[in-house]
Formats: sequence, structure tokens, C-alpha cells
Amino acid sequence: MLEPTVVGHLLGFSAYEGLVYGFLALGVYLTFRVLAFPDLTVDGSFVLGAAVVAVLIIDGVNPFLATLAALGAGLCAGLVTSLLNTKLRIPALLASILVMVALYSINLRIMGRPNLPLLREVTIFSLASQLPGLETRLVYQLVGAAVLAVIVFLILNWFLRTEIGLALRATGDNEQMVRGAGVDTDKTTILGVSTANGLVALSGGVVAQAQGFVDVNMGIGMIIMGLAAVIIGEALFRPKGVARLLLAVLAGTFVYRLVISVALRLGMAPGDLKLITAALVIIALAVPYLQKKIRREWLPPAPRW
Amino acid sequence: MKNKRILKLVGSVCMVVALALTLVLVSGCTAPYEEEEGPLSIGIFQIISHPALDSAREGFKDAFKAGLEDEGLSETDVVFVERNAAGSMDNVYTIADYFVSLGVDLICAIATPCVIAATTAVEGTDIPVVFNSVTNPADAGIDDWDEPGGQVTGVSDMAPVEPQIQLILDVLEPNGLTLDKLGVVYNAGEPNSVYQVDVQLADAITALGLAVDVVKATVSTGADVPAAAQTVVDAGVDAIWVPTDNTVVAGIEALVGPCEDNDIPLFAADVATVERGALGCWGMDYYDVGYSSGEIAVDILLKGANPATIPIETAPANLLYLYPDEAERQGVTIPEDLLDQATEIIEDED
Repeated sequence: MLEPTVVGHLLGFSAYEGLVYGFLALGVYLTFRVLAFPDLTVDGSFVLGAAVVAVLIIDGVNPFLATLAALGAGLCAGLVTSLLNTKLRIPALLASILVMVALYSINLRIMGRPNLPLLREVTIFSLASQLPGLETRLVYQLVGAAVLAVIVFLILNWFLRTEIGLALRATGDNEQMVRGAGVDTDKTTILGVSTANGLVALSGGVVAQAQGFVDVNMGIGMIIMGLAAVIIGEALFRPKGVARLLLAVLAGTFVYRLVISVALRLGMAPGDLKLITAALVIIALAVPYLQKKIRREWLPPAPRW
Repeated sequence: MKNKRILKLVGSVCMVVALALTLVLVSGCTAPYEEEEGPLSIGIFQIISHPALDSAREGFKDAFKAGLEDEGLSETDVVFVERNAAGSMDNVYTIADYFVSLGVDLICAIATPCVIAATTAVEGTDIPVVFNSVTNPADAGIDDWDEPGGQVTGVSDMAPVEPQIQLILDVLEPNGLTLDKLGVVYNAGEPNSVYQVDVQLADAITALGLAVDVVKATVSTGADVPAAAQTVVDAGVDAIWVPTDNTVVAGIEALVGPCEDNDIPLFAADVATVERGALGCWGMDYYDVGYSSGEIAVDILLKGANPATIPIETAPANLLYLYPDEAERQGVTIPEDLLDQATEIIEDED
């Protein structure tokens, strides 16, 4: 089991998964952590991105354009959630659940049936596989995901440092204060939630191209994965600063997928996988708390959500 | 400052150790770690635990073990690496990749998402994939049933049509009726139904040596079913057959009424429809679906067959469901010898 090739493959594959699902985790990080907006649209917008990519690619659209379209579709989903919240004053949790549920029907409409294969279609990965040196599946998937991740990282890193990005981050910290400073927090919320869902849909679109299919149920549990990845990243790396935070989220996704991969490899009983997930998140949450306790620092009461 | 850094380090180490411990503990008390050794290894994975899929998996394993014995080998000559995605689509590709990295000799994929993920994962390798419990192989990227062409083949759980037509004859003939005109109601937008009517039904009629005039009535939504029913009734059909068509089956009640009023026997292609007013059908057991795929795996691994040329099979239909009370209302009596063969006889609820 512990031959270097096996371990290498395991790490490489988890790295690929960490990157493609990392886009989703970045989206979750943006809503839950940066904006303090509990957004459950994710389970729907993930599939939305995948469905849009699949339908466009099957129609012969350039895969890069299709991936961009997925991002755009996700932006729209996030836009709806945030408009329901800011303009109709529907609580964030409920607004996002409503959009998530509605997206199930919309995704089925887009796909036309519950499952669409993308085998032998031209995807960003099949294009990458034609480059010299990238013939192996693991290599071209990893490199393709890494190139995308670098682009997303650079854009987000720039965006969160701009004036509007700062206002967005401040909205989650102290909305009253930001309003006092003359920033329209509705706008920052709309911008943040849309961007987040765009990232989630991008993740869905990339995953669909890599694994070769879209299933209308593939979004189930994505929000949990995203949250777990964010929490693990924060707990493990205790990042300071925008760039390190973003990297920590990607690293957290890597660790999460690595643990799932190891669990699957060990042949855990199928029902126990979820227990591992739960245990992982509990540990990630408990360790920083226990460390503070050892240092006898002041501890705030547990947040309600 | 130094203290803080040490704490941080200790924290990280604790975390990793805790993670590893949880894994070992949970895996230790649930499933023993399997030794991936032996001359042959087969990776079997399914999307979720479900009675039908579980029995398909057992069928696959039993068929392969039987094949080993026929070849003079024993059960110890194969290792089944069984994994289950626990309903999470994100785990399907992870498992498929694991099988490939493990270098298994064959992958058995149960249900559509698993087949596609396996097809993606085996790219660039020569690992064959045998699927089962996939209704429409086109969903898994296979368009040619007779010659799949790649390294993927298997067993569809699409209902075979010939026994269904035979059943119609078996019911009509003892009642002194003949099958000259057969009404078929289906949704032309469902690939499964089109295939069953255009290819399978035509083949079945040829195979049985019949001269039957097939009257087709198509629907696009459930609301069209009554009009379609009227069309076939007006054509004076001797019996109506409905393929496994989601649209028509969902609105089957709209067919049952006209059939009862005009004494036309209604036959289905799936067992669930019998309870809702079809008078009978031959259905399949998922154990057999799995068993057939296990036999394909035997052909590939033990007899050197090339998956590219192994046709997609359908499972044998050997579960007979009958609804005698409904048959009376549709103007026929189900003969005793059929009732004796029945796996299940549906009765009217009072």
C-alpha cells in the first residue's frame, strides 16, 4: 500500500481535487467568512455550473467559453439569492435555500434529463492533454486545475484588496460601521454573494469536465465540503492576510479531499464516510479552541451558526 | 513569541495525529483492511447502497466465482475490492481513480455515474470496465449495443421485449383471441422508449415469427395519454403494450379506463405498472442483471475476450407479475398455467 507511487498518486489526485473543489471552498469562504452571509445556494449553483458547461460543450461551444458561461450562470444564481435578501428582506439562510431548491428544477430543465455524459467531448482537460508532456490523465488534470487556480487566486487576491473589496470584507466584520462610513452594504452583499456563487459554479463546471459527466444530484453535500475545507484551512494554517487566507482555503480543501480519499481507499463501510467528515470538522474546530484554553486566553461564547 | 510558535507547531502536529487516529479507529472498527493481492483483482463500486444495486453486486461476484471454478481455479484466485460512494457524487470519480492507481484487472461499475467515472479514469490504460444496472448505455457514452468499441461493456437493465410479447400471446390464445394488431403508447422524446419500440419490439416480432401490425401512438406529456389511448382503441387493436416509458407509465391510469371499457388487455414492461392496472408483465431480478455482467467479466479476464466486441446484454426477465382481477375487467382470463408460474399475483384492494 505504501509504495511511493501509490502515495504520490494519492497526493497528486488529492491536489487536483483540492484545486477544483477549492474554487467552491473559496466561494463558501467569501460568503460565510468574509460576508458572514450563510449561503446555501452552493448545492444548487455547483450543479448549475456543471449543467451549463455540459450543455454548451455538447453543443460544440469552446470549452473555455463554456467554463466562463458557467461562472456567469453562478453569478446570476448568487445575484438572485442576494437580491431576495437585500431587496425583499428575506433572511439569508431562507433566501439561499429557496434558490437552491429552485435551481434543482432549473438544472433539470437545462440538462433535459438527470444525467449527461461528457465522454469524448472537447473539454479544457482534453485540450490540455494534447500539450506535450501532459499525456497522463493525472498530470493534465492537475496542471489544468493548477493553471485555473492560479488565475482565480490572482484575480481574487487583487479584487479583495481594491476599495470595493475592502468594503466587502468590512461588511462581514461590522455592517453598522461600514454603513456609517457611507458604503451601501446591500451592494457589497450582492457583489460578494454573486462572486461566491460564480466561483462555486466554476468549480462545478470544471469538475464535470474532469470526471466526464453531470448528474443533477451531484451538488448534494457540497456546502458541507466547502465549510469543512474552510474551517480545516483556517485551523491548520491560521493564516493572516488575504493571500494566505485564500491559499489556506485551497490547502484546507486538499486536506479534506485527502482524508476522504484515504477513507475510501481503506474501504470504510459506506455509511461511515459521513462520520469521518463530521469528525474531521469537529477536530478542526476544537483544536484552536483547546489551544486558546491552554493559553488561558479569553474565549467568546460559541457563535449560533 | 517563541512560545506561541511552539504552541502553533504542537497544535498542527496534534491535528494531524488526531486526523490519522480518527481514520485508523473508524476504519479499524468497521471494515478490515483488505489485502490487495492475488492473481486477479476486480474493483467493484456502486453509487449507493440500495437493495437492487446490492443484489446486482452479489450477482456479479457469484457469477465470477462460478466462472473461476469452471476454469479450475478457486475463489481465492480473485480479490474483490468493493467500494461505495455512499450517495456522494464527488466520491465516484475518487473511487474510480483509486481503482486505476491500484492497477485492478477489471472494474465493475454499478449504475450510470460509476460507469462514466470509470470510463474517464481508465483512459490511457487497458483496464476493462463491465457495468450493470445502467438502463441506457448511451448515458454512459456507448451508442452501439452490438459493438461498444472501447474497453467498456456490460448489462443494461432495460426490460427485454420478447418475453413481454410472448406473454401477450400466452394470455390471448387460451381466450380464443389472436394478436393481429398491437397498440403501443410511448413518448417519442424518451430514448429508452424509442429504442424499445423501434428496435426491440420489431426484433421480438421477427424472432417470434409473428405478423403483427403495430399501431403506434406517441405522447409528449402525460396530458396526451388519453388522446393516444383513444387513437389505439379506435384502430381496433387486440392488445396494448406500454414500454418502460416514464411519461406514459406516470399516467397509466388514463390507459386503464379505455382498456376496461373496450375489453382490450393492457400489458406493461415493468412490474410496478402491473399494480396500477396492467394485467401482467415479465420483470427482471437485479441479481440476474449482476450475474450476467459477472459472466462478461469471466469472458474478458479468463477467456481473453475483447470488451470492444462484446455486445451489451440485457438481463433475462424471469419474474412474472400478474393481475387476474384486472384481466377480467379487460375481458380476458389469465390461464391457470401462467398463474402457476407467477412470482407474484396482484389482487384487488377492497
